[in-house]
Amino acid sequence: MDAIILQILNGLDKGSAYALIALGLTLIFGTLGVVNFAHGALFMIGAFCAVTLQRLLSLSHEVVDETRTDFLGNPLKVEVPYLQDWLGAETAAAVISWSVPLAILFSIPIMIVVGVAMERGLIKHFYKRPHADQILVTFGLAIVLQEVIKYYFGANPIPTPAPEAFTGSFDFGALIGMDPYTIIYPYWRLVYFAFAMIIIAGVFAFLQFTTFGMVVRAGMADRETVGLLGINIDKRFTIMFAIAACVAGLAGVMYAPINAPNYHMGMDFLVLSFVVVVVGGMGSLPGAVAAGFLLGILESFASMAAVIDILPGINQIIIYLVAIIILLTRPRGLMGRKGVMEE
Amino acid sequence: MLGLGKKDFSLLMLVLVLTMLAPFILNPFPEGSGMAQFNAGYPDLMQRFVIFGIFAIGFNILFGLTGYLSFGHAAFLGVGSYAAIWMMKLVSLNVIPAMIMGVIFAGLFALVVGFISLRRSGIYFSILTLAFAQMSYALAYSVLTPITGGETGLQLKSTDNPILSNLAEGEIGRASLFGLDMRASIELEMGNWLFTLNMGYYVAAFVMLIAFYIAIRIFRSPFGVMLRAVKSNQNRMNYTGLNPRPYTLAAFVISGMYAGLAGGLMVAMDTQVGPERMFWTASGEVVLMTILGGVGTLIGPVLGAGLIKYMENIISKINSDILHTWFAFLPDGLEDLVVTLIYPFIGKGWHLTLGIVFMLVVIFLPGGLVEGGQRIARLFGKRRKSEDGSSAGKTTPAE
Repeated sequence: MDAIILQILNGLDKGSAYALIALGLTLIFGTLGVVNFAHGALFMIGAFCAVTLQRLLSLSHEVVDETRTDFLGNPLKVEVPYLQDWLGAETAAAVISWSVPLAILFSIPIMIVVGVAMERGLIKHFYKRPHADQILVTFGLAIVLQEVIKYYFGANPIPTPAPEAFTGSFDFGALIGMDPYTIIYPYWRLVYFAFAMIIIAGVFAFLQFTTFGMVVRAGMADRETVGLLGINIDKRFTIMFAIAACVAGLAGVMYAPINAPNYHMGMDFLVLSFVVVVVGGMGSLPGAVAAGFLLGILESFASMAAVIDILPGINQIIIYLVAIIILLTRPRGLMGRKGVMEE
Repeated sequence: MLGLGKKDFSLLMLVLVLTMLAPFILNPFPEGSGMAQFNAGYPDLMQRFVIFGIFAIGFNILFGLTGYLSFGHAAFLGVGSYAAIWMMKLVSLNVIPAMIMGVIFAGLFALVVGFISLRRSGIYFSILTLAFAQMSYALAYSVLTPITGGETGLQLKSTDNPILSNLAEGEIGRASLFGLDMRASIELEMGNWLFTLNMGYYVAAFVMLIAFYIAIRIFRSPFGVMLRAVKSNQNRMNYTGLNPRPYTLAAFVISGMYAGLAGGLMVAMDTQVGPERMFWTASGEVVLMTILGGVGTLIGPVLGAGLIKYMENIISKINSDILHTWFAFLPDGLEDLVVTLIYPFIGKGWHLTLGIVFMLVVIFLPGGLVEGGQRIARLFGKRRKSEDGSSAGKTTPAE
């Protein structure tokens, strides 16, 4: 029992990331009809927003500390963050420690700018071209973005710690009345899951309960008619693209402490997220979210030692295996609609 | 001639001449000069040109003719490689049986994958092929280690003793063609130029010519027309009473066999293989090659493969010192500025250059390098005979 709960919990954080990226992909596909291979790059840019903010906040200058000496007896030089000069030691330390959550605020404007620039500058010109062309040009863009990040941040993963308050783990088993020390779970992963749920709920609420969302949903169903009613649907779809970029970016920001950001993390997640989208059903938002969590949890179950003993290597291929089975038995994915991407 | 039209025959002859003279053509700069690093006429790189040329030709038979975008083609190359190296380890060091085994195994694997994946089309097909390729990669990396050698891959070792080759105790086998060593080369020195004529390269080039010839025949055959029909309108094909599935499956298997041949040749050249050959980036690379060169054209994929491999090997070798010597004629401040501006695009940043070039091609030249060449040719052609109307070469679609 405890092992099962543990695996479900372990699957949640990866599943959350898959679900968030797949949600953005589906939003873009549902509104603009574009298959965006650069979406993983947006996730990566988000993660590097967290890295950048952490670096900016801890920018330091050297100060001679008269009270301490080095081993030669000279006064010791210490690095002092500029923040400390302005805010005082305690506040500064707290701000730096909380830089990842702060990066959420920092990343939203960046992601909106990146998203709008991408849509208006590049993807707009590809609405009328075949899906293969859209895949290829966004694939090229993904390579470019990835290489730019690699140029500025290097090829090594950059550890980006979570706020100190969330670093440790807690005893989930004791919480639900089981023996202590059976289910140990890091705080931050729980934060990530909660965060993902909030974002997902936010996106759904936005689409369901606002006038803007209603127009967008109408546009997804029948773009031409909405245009005929005198609504500038293109503008709204651009905004939706920016929102999808934000969702991917925020997923990346919060994922930074779980997995130190490196330049190819976007591509790693993208391949799996595409599988998730297709399994969920092209164009279906609930399908994308459900498939994201489903595959995340399945993946973590497959990496249990007991399972690997029976079926060696299953943890490596489970997602693809499930994708193949689902696509062959339910051709439109779990919740796909008729007539989407069927040519 | 050879069952080809006049135009195709001259294209084949052109490719023949180019590949046979490649060691000379690709080495235009004298040894030791500042431009010598642009020389591509060394065996290793030339072998890669033709091998990836074969890979891309095969991919083009699937993508160019039927429009099915496979994102997992590297798996067939990997399977071909593993089959070939086992043939060399166990049976014979001759490269011909190794290549044949590579083609057979890749073809069988493609039959299975194609039979399943081709039930769907569009992005679903792409994802299915990607899923199969990633599965093969993951399995080759972990569970199948006894067969694939896992992370380290497989090499010819001193303990291998192929039955048909008489190796001395502890001797490491070398790939050969009926006794001719693949690594043997003749070095020609002419003045300042040094040309290397390598056995392996000529074997690979010869195989590529055969592959190219078969591709031309496929393109021009009724079968090729059927494949184009699959791309242009599958519904109409269905209504005519034709089932597109056997045709696409055949194209998929043929293109898988091409990939297997390329894999077998790779093993014949360097006698080693590792699972990274099957990773999805390798599949992405062949897509890039085909698009860059020109989808659905005969020569395009070969050009694209050549261009990418050239960039990979040559641009990545340039470093900031070399840039400084190039721009030494500029005033100091300007020199530094120019070097700083170019620096991100060279050396380790060659992927960035590749990505940008690729995007530009997809945006402005959907037909790839071939279309670019045609446009330039048309530009000059227009100038020459601007009075007799130059739209004769254009055909209008039937609809």
